[in-house]
Amino acid sequence: MPQSYLQLENVSKRFDDFVAVNNVSLSVERGEIFCLLGASGCGKTTLLRLLAGFEAPSSGRLLIDGQDLALIPPYRRPVNMMFQSYALFPHMSVERNVAFGLEQESLSSSEIKRRVGEILDIVKMRPYLKRKPHQLSGGQRQRVALARALVKRPKLLLLDEPLGALDRKLREHTQFELINIQQQLGVTFVVVTHDQEEAMTLATRIGVMDHGEIVQVGTPRQIYEFPQTRFVADFIGSVNLFEGNLVEDEPDFVRVQCPELPATVLIDHGISAPPNAPLWIAVRPEKINLSSVAQQHPDNWAHGVIREIAYLGDWSVFLVRLDSGREVRATVANNSRKPEEQFVRDSSVYLSWDASSPVVGSV
Amino acid sequence: MTGRRAVLLPTILAFGFAFLYVPILTMVVYSFNASRLVTVWDSVHSPTLKWYGQLFQSGQIMDAAWLSLKIAVMNATGAVILGTMAGFALARFGRFRGRGLLGALTTAPLVLPEIITGLSLLLLFVALEQLIGWPAGRGVTTITIAHISFSLSYVAVIVQARLVGFDESLEEAALDLGARPATVFLRITLPLIAPALLSGWLLSFTLSWDDVVISQFVAGPGSSTLPMVIFSKVRLGVSPDVNALATLMVLLVAVGVVASALYLQSRERRLAREMRMALGA
Repeated sequence: MPQSYLQLENVSKRFDDFVAVNNVSLSVERGEIFCLLGASGCGKTTLLRLLAGFEAPSSGRLLIDGQDLALIPPYRRPVNMMFQSYALFPHMSVERNVAFGLEQESLSSSEIKRRVGEILDIVKMRPYLKRKPHQLSGGQRQRVALARALVKRPKLLLLDEPLGALDRKLREHTQFELINIQQQLGVTFVVVTHDQEEAMTLATRIGVMDHGEIVQVGTPRQIYEFPQTRFVADFIGSVNLFEGNLVEDEPDFVRVQCPELPATVLIDHGISAPPNAPLWIAVRPEKINLSSVAQQHPDNWAHGVIREIAYLGDWSVFLVRLDSGREVRATVANNSRKPEEQFVRDSSVYLSWDASSPVVGSV
Repeated sequence: MTGRRAVLLPTILAFGFAFLYVPILTMVVYSFNASRLVTVWDSVHSPTLKWYGQLFQSGQIMDAAWLSLKIAVMNATGAVILGTMAGFALARFGRFRGRGLLGALTTAPLVLPEIITGLSLLLLFVALEQLIGWPAGRGVTTITIAHISFSLSYVAVIVQARLVGFDESLEEAALDLGARPATVFLRITLPLIAPALLSGWLLSFTLSWDDVVISQFVAGPGSSTLPMVIFSKVRLGVSPDVNALATLMVLLVAVGVVASALYLQSRERRLAREMRMALGA
């Protein structure tokens, strides 16, 4: 079996009766940015702490580069962590904070000085060498925390909600910078976050976690466009979910009848399900087209009344109440500066989507 | 309304301060009195420093002061070490077996009457001497042990409170960066709880410096602490040199208290600010 760089084999962690991490197996390749994405309390932080060595797994194995981490205490692991609170030592200057990790290895003081300078150049914090953490802004502290973790040249860098404490503008900027630094140094990142936008921009691959289990692993596009479970479809982005039954099943298409929709849903690929099986259908809001005229197709349409319109600048979000009473979200890109006069509140509207748009799964 | 309050508040304040400080002031004034009779003010020869001079020539008092100082320092140091351990156990080790008992035992000396603490310690020392021959007789050792036994409770409470507000991710970060647990303690934990340790040390020093009751029980012949000497002198009638001695002690304590309060306040404020800012809260 080919060995991945980081390998988790059936890892579980129980606290008394509570199972925080349940039988997780995972492999991460060298140089990846792997994001663990999940709501709070789903076990992602516990998984990170298992990797850092602050918790010991109840069962299972953790391997980095083929080396079993089980008996290695946190202070000898080739792993460093950037804490959510940054955990900068308040009584030490930026320089001393960053040098702290290197001082624990037997390095000459000139070597320590050189490497501290080098990493502070990369995170652009060299001018703040002598400052104490309380004299820095949130973004600057984040950089120091990153530099402190990276200066040890770890095989694996763990980041706990790395952008959580930053404001929105700074986050967007920092996200891309983080990717730059990662590519420059080639360190493997494992990021924990509850923010899907953060996961989408940072990650090469995402592992979605729920109740201590990894429910799906894939690239951001795979996770978004091809969610394998209803939980993932619902958790990532916003989505319109319908329940229905399989009415026609061919090798290259299926038709699903949903009680909340006037027409059948046509999907352009086959699935393996028994006839009449209960299914769920997910259609993303941005894949729904609005029109004021009725559709010619027998499938993939619905009719309703616009209840709310939210103008967000680049997008407009429409909340449409279907004839069945069900509310559906649709988003429209504002490509033109002219207002779309025909879509106003309480006006009648036809919704439609392509056969390639819906995601289908069994209940 | 405001007019009445403008009179009332200063009056209350004046009474309050008078209640607290007039006795001490009287004592300070009389320490400069030339008369041998404490209650009679000799306006012809006063003020004088002769009682202060006598004080420094009295072997008994100087010996007692030196003994008290030694005991207070040993007590403060011992209490900080043991009290810190107890504080750590209570704040950090979660729900271990006997945690409740330890908590009760560390807080007991805070509420136990001194006379009972003193008596029980005396009984313990006597029994120990009969059983294992240590501590042989009563003196500096027994007084120091007795003082540590109640001072450490105060230190434990202070350290515990400090640790409860301590962000453990700082220690985890240090571990993660390759520091062994001992290094983490010396370079991260200790500097950050240092103000608590210092105030614990000063408090223990003061508790020991002015303790009479417990010392009385566990002291032996030739090991009279300064408060014990004062107490025995006063029983024979207040002499003016006691006033001088007491004035010096008040001065020492006042300077110590004010200095440490100022230092701790500024340091505490700075640390709290650094901690808050560093954690981005």
